[in-house]
Amino acid sequence: MTTTAAQILSQFQATGVQTCFHDRHIEPQIYAGLDGTNWSLKDYEARGGYQALRRILGQDGAEGLTQDQVIATVKESGLRGRGGAGFPTGLKWSFMPRSFPGQKYLVCNSDEGEPGTCKDRDILQFNPHIVIEGMIIAAYAMGISVGYNYIHGEIFQTYDRFEEALEEARAAGYLGDKILGSNFSFQLHAAHGFGAYICGEETALLESLEGKKGQPRFKPPFPASFGLYGKPTTINNTETFAAVPWIIRNGGAAYLACGKPNNGGTKIFSVSGDVEKPGNYEIPLGTPFSKLLELAGGVRKGRQLKAVIPGGSSSPVLPASIMMDCTMDYDSIAKAGSMLGSGAVIVMDDSRCMVESLLRLSYFYMHESCGQCTPCREGTGWMWRVIDRIKHGHGRDTDLDLLNSVADNIQGRTICALGDAAAMPVRAMIKHFRPEFEAMIQSGASRTATSV
Amino acid sequence: MVEIELDGQKVEVAEGCMVMHAAEKAGTYIPHFCYHKKLSIAANCRMCLVEVEKAPKPMPACATPVTQGMIVRTKSEKAIKAQQSVMEFLLINHPLDCPICDQGGECQLQDLAVGYGGSASRYAEEKRVVLNKDVGPLISMQEMSRCIHCTRCVRFGQEVAGVMELGMIHRGEHSEITTVAGDTVDSELSGNMIDICPVGALTSKPFRYSARTWELSRRRSVSPHDSTGANLIVQVKNHKVLRVLPFENEAVNECWIADRDRFSYEALSSDDRLTQPMLKQGGVWKEVDWQTALEYVANGIKNIKNDHGAQSIGALVSPHSTLEELYLAASLVRGLGSDNVDYRLRNAEFAAPEGVRWLGTSIASLSTLQRALVIGSNLRKDHPLFALRVRQAVRHGAQVTAIGAHEPEWAMPLHRSVVQPAAQWVSALGAIASAVAQEKGVTAPAGAPASDADALAIARSLLGGERKAVLLGNAAAHHAHASELLTLANWIGSHTGATVGFLTEAANTVGAQFAGAHPVNGGLNAGQMLAGGLKAALLLNTEPVADSAAGRQAVQALSGAEMVVTLSPFKCNLEFSDVLLPIAPFTETSGTFVNAEGRLQSFHAVVRPLGETRPAWKVLRVLANLLGVAGFDFETSTDVLVRATNAAAGSVTHIPAEQLSNVVSAAAPAAAGTAADPVVASIYQLDGLVRRSPSLQLTADARLAREGVAA
Amino acid sequence: MITEATRARFAREVAKYPADQKQSAVMACLAIVQQEQGSVSAESEAVIAEYLGMPQIAVREVTTFYNMYNQRPVGAFKLNVCTNLPCQLRDGQKALRHLEHKLGISAGETTADGLFTLQQSECLGACADAPVMLVNNRAMCSFMDNGKLDQLIDGLRGSHEAVSATQAKGE
Repeated sequence: MTTTAAQILSQFQATGVQTCFHDRHIEPQIYAGLDGTNWSLKDYEARGGYQALRRILGQDGAEGLTQDQVIATVKESGLRGRGGAGFPTGLKWSFMPRSFPGQKYLVCNSDEGEPGTCKDRDILQFNPHIVIEGMIIAAYAMGISVGYNYIHGEIFQTYDRFEEALEEARAAGYLGDKILGSNFSFQLHAAHGFGAYICGEETALLESLEGKKGQPRFKPPFPASFGLYGKPTTINNTETFAAVPWIIRNGGAAYLACGKPNNGGTKIFSVSGDVEKPGNYEIPLGTPFSKLLELAGGVRKGRQLKAVIPGGSSSPVLPASIMMDCTMDYDSIAKAGSMLGSGAVIVMDDSRCMVESLLRLSYFYMHESCGQCTPCREGTGWMWRVIDRIKHGHGRDTDLDLLNSVADNIQGRTICALGDAAAMPVRAMIKHFRPEFEAMIQSGASRTATSV
Repeated sequence: MVEIELDGQKVEVAEGCMVMHAAEKAGTYIPHFCYHKKLSIAANCRMCLVEVEKAPKPMPACATPVTQGMIVRTKSEKAIKAQQSVMEFLLINHPLDCPICDQGGECQLQDLAVGYGGSASRYAEEKRVVLNKDVGPLISMQEMSRCIHCTRCVRFGQEVAGVMELGMIHRGEHSEITTVAGDTVDSELSGNMIDICPVGALTSKPFRYSARTWELSRRRSVSPHDSTGANLIVQVKNHKVLRVLPFENEAVNECWIADRDRFSYEALSSDDRLTQPMLKQGGVWKEVDWQTALEYVANGIKNIKNDHGAQSIGALVSPHSTLEELYLAASLVRGLGSDNVDYRLRNAEFAAPEGVRWLGTSIASLSTLQRALVIGSNLRKDHPLFALRVRQAVRHGAQVTAIGAHEPEWAMPLHRSVVQPAAQWVSALGAIASAVAQEKGVTAPAGAPASDADALAIARSLLGGERKAVLLGNAAAHHAHASELLTLANWIGSHTGATVGFLTEAANTVGAQFAGAHPVNGGLNAGQMLAGGLKAALLLNTEPVADSAAGRQAVQALSGAEMVVTLSPFKCNLEFSDVLLPIAPFTETSGTFVNAEGRLQSFHAVVRPLGETRPAWKVLRVLANLLGVAGFDFETSTDVLVRATNAAAGSVTHIPAEQLSNVVSAAAPAAAGTAADPVVASIYQLDGLVRRSPSLQLTADARLAREGVAA
Repeated sequence: MITEATRARFAREVAKYPADQKQSAVMACLAIVQQEQGSVSAESEAVIAEYLGMPQIAVREVTTFYNMYNQRPVGAFKLNVCTNLPCQLRDGQKALRHLEHKLGISAGETTADGLFTLQQSECLGACADAPVMLVNNRAMCSFMDNGKLDQLIDGLRGSHEAVSATQAKGE
């Protein structure tokens, strides 16, 4: 591309102003103080960056923290994996074998592919050093000397930004041998994907890092015993690592107190769809959904809320009535019959056709299935074809039961969760919006006034 | 050991085993496709999902490690429902090809569909289509829509064959198995992929549409090609061999055979088959009956013996012949008063053997080697099934080193290799001996050159580990200084604790020695016989132009004889033969081969002889009778075996250990024509059968050999 | 077939991984080749396979598995418009249709002048910016209403003509 083309394209590059640098976060920790220009090392240090690391390494005058103390702090904080699974982070870190004679690895999962999710992009683009610091702290806690941040290929500009930040960190002595004069060494590299949602699955990501197709591995064995190149590996999401420096600086109890019991800290929610102000919102866990909706400007054009997918497309849809009673945390959403997942909130108003929405989602899963295991490879295509028939007026009376049966046959029988992720939306949509599907089968046309 | 409960039965297996292994031990069948006991675990077909108590989801039996007290139910409702749903998913895109699919009747998908499939399909959408691929003359990939994506073929290439030729490209339901665009599958073990493919996606191209599996009779046999002695199942319909498959023998060939073993049967029905005895009279070949032909031969031999003495009679015998044939050929020659019999057709040097030269260790032990030095061999192509085992050993950390004329391409990483022309091998091996001596602080063998970096690396490798072998290949055995190589190898072996042995060229190289098919009393060796001087020559199952070190020179040498009798399944040696006697190939005779480890493996005929073909052992017996040689009163080939082994029928399974020896104590005799490189046959030029198998001759290896590149 | 400069870029990627794991760099090497040549040809797969010491079919598996690799040459500008559900809700499909109309091609096709290839894509991880598109796998363009789409296309077309004109003059 010529310089002129590059100049033209840069006009359309997102600045982060709409999605991130607004005043509608509540007690932000990761997004605090960002303006798009202050991502560099100096700026990061100016707002307290790398203080947590210094504290751990005893560079602030105190005696530093042991590995056990760091892990205990993270456990106390109630931090749970921010990528989707919500697994307690401190517990995960404690699974790593402490005295292992060979190489161990730390991996950051920045393969942000869950539809609706765009939070990690903003973190890496505008605050890359917070992830670097978080990873260094994690590596210290688990005795790891090499790490990789796997960034999905669709945000290549952000991958380049992260490489720049890595260079800064290396130059400043935060990465490499004997960090800040301590005995601790850690080198961090950036790697990129190139178009595969499945690489967001941790073992598929490891396969991709190893230079192969992103086909998930069966578990057991788990990455903590057999991970990258067969070595013990811990994988965490971008946002999870980004949360760590604040926890170290302010203590585990403080982080827990930000949220609610068992759901500590803040979470970034990517709100998209039928809202006035789509964007990323960092708010304490436990904030009512109604508040989040308000921050996002409410339902667009004054329409009525119909349905919300609360945690990325893989989480079951919730009808408005149920969603409005939820608070934004793992436990409340789970109780309502869905998952907090990645925290991608997709809002749909009363003009939306659920059949059309499900059609697009099921196409996505068919397209992204890695093809390894039978139920997902065959089943996702089957479900899409049936829903496609329904949408185009060739539905049959038996189709809804068939869809539920196929979804049922996929769930729990696949190597990884993509099969479940494909099955759950089908079941949830039919469960909560069955009349709409039945009507389309009957009439062969959409029931609502306008469609997606 | 871990004890689990499987379907109410207690089973104990080693820790680290999967539920599938426990089921195998308990004799319980769990349906599966992608699992194969010799390949890595993929767990992608999901057919083996079973119920494990306390586990929320059904677990794949092939990938679930056993834990103490685990309770597994393979036939509970939860398990069956899961298995049935997987079967349904497999069938939705599978073409309804059974009526035209070669796999019908021996198809895992069919068999499991009977058990786990529905009687009607719920799938009413469009089915995917996969375009066919052409990957060469052996494997047919013309209906790839049948593929169920188990990836056994991919894993076979990566793990067993050592070369990844097939991969699964694209993603999701577009996944397809293919080679790099347009490439053929060239591995010498590729035919095994046909066996392991659970459906009719990978099938045998030569066999395509020939027969249904239930029309074929199954009989056991042993491969007549290399010295593995691979166990075979030969399948016959209407008195014709239509297919060859492996017979499982864990100690010899595991569950594999080489492509050579699998596809050479095509030659059995070649137009080249000799079906009638023939005599050349007045320069013209005439078909005659057996009586006429044998009397002609007997008279000819009597006359030649009278005119020129017994020493002018000799026999050149193929080491691919059976033990019985070789024993009788040698006995016949000796019965006539001559000692001129030899199987060592490609040798340059002919040391007096001191014992039966063999592998020096068991074939199975090759899989567990920790160190190996391979001298003068194209291990991968000359001994595909030995190379397969050594490859396994390397996967577990074995270090393999080599001396040869070409950079080894054995589909396994080598620790160090010395590439030198054959003339330098003695000094290269000597340098290694010197290095070993240096490391151990002992005196090097006399005359050994100083060691160098490569020699030192190899020496250090051999001095490490516990299970090690020095292996001499065909080129080393046929080398002009073969005895020197052996002496040095023995020295290295004794000072490093490695076994020493010969890979041995042919199915019965070891048997030929055991049968005494070589001069023991100053008789002419093969090299001398092929240089001329015989007045009567018996050629047993060999075509000297292709099978001997003399090559084209043999024509001239043998043309000087008064009578050349060729015993062969094929019309060959026409230029210089006077009599052609049709003998049975291995499928049409009973017999015994002795493999490289000294294991005797007997087999029966699997089809009746073609035309007037007779088993060679019978021909030799009748000839001996006509010539008045005593002691040829055998009724069956077993009688011959009993005499040859000097033991009761079936009682000898291995050559007695005291007879096996790779020792060489005498000084090496001077080799004739030392400048030439050792003569070896490439993989598909080894014997008369493979040379006449059209499909094998279309492979990349065969083409390379014809174009003069080392294969 | 690849220049020294490209080799140097390969080497930088390989250096991130353990010495016996050169294969890990395959995705980066393929992306580099694609950036330089516009697509990944069978020849470049073979070159990369040799450079990294891996089977060529294994490289092919990677090229075909990850959907951002162009296995065939594409236009000077490959436009990927996200049409997944969150973008659908904010005119993603509309943006794709607008481009189809403006360029006179259907999704999946290339304009006759070889300038633009138009494709739909799955989630790009920028859902709050809808409508979103990716140009040549690297430049993400956000909030692309019809006006901005027109601006983009016209601008890219103009820049390309300027380059061609300059090149023509230079001969």
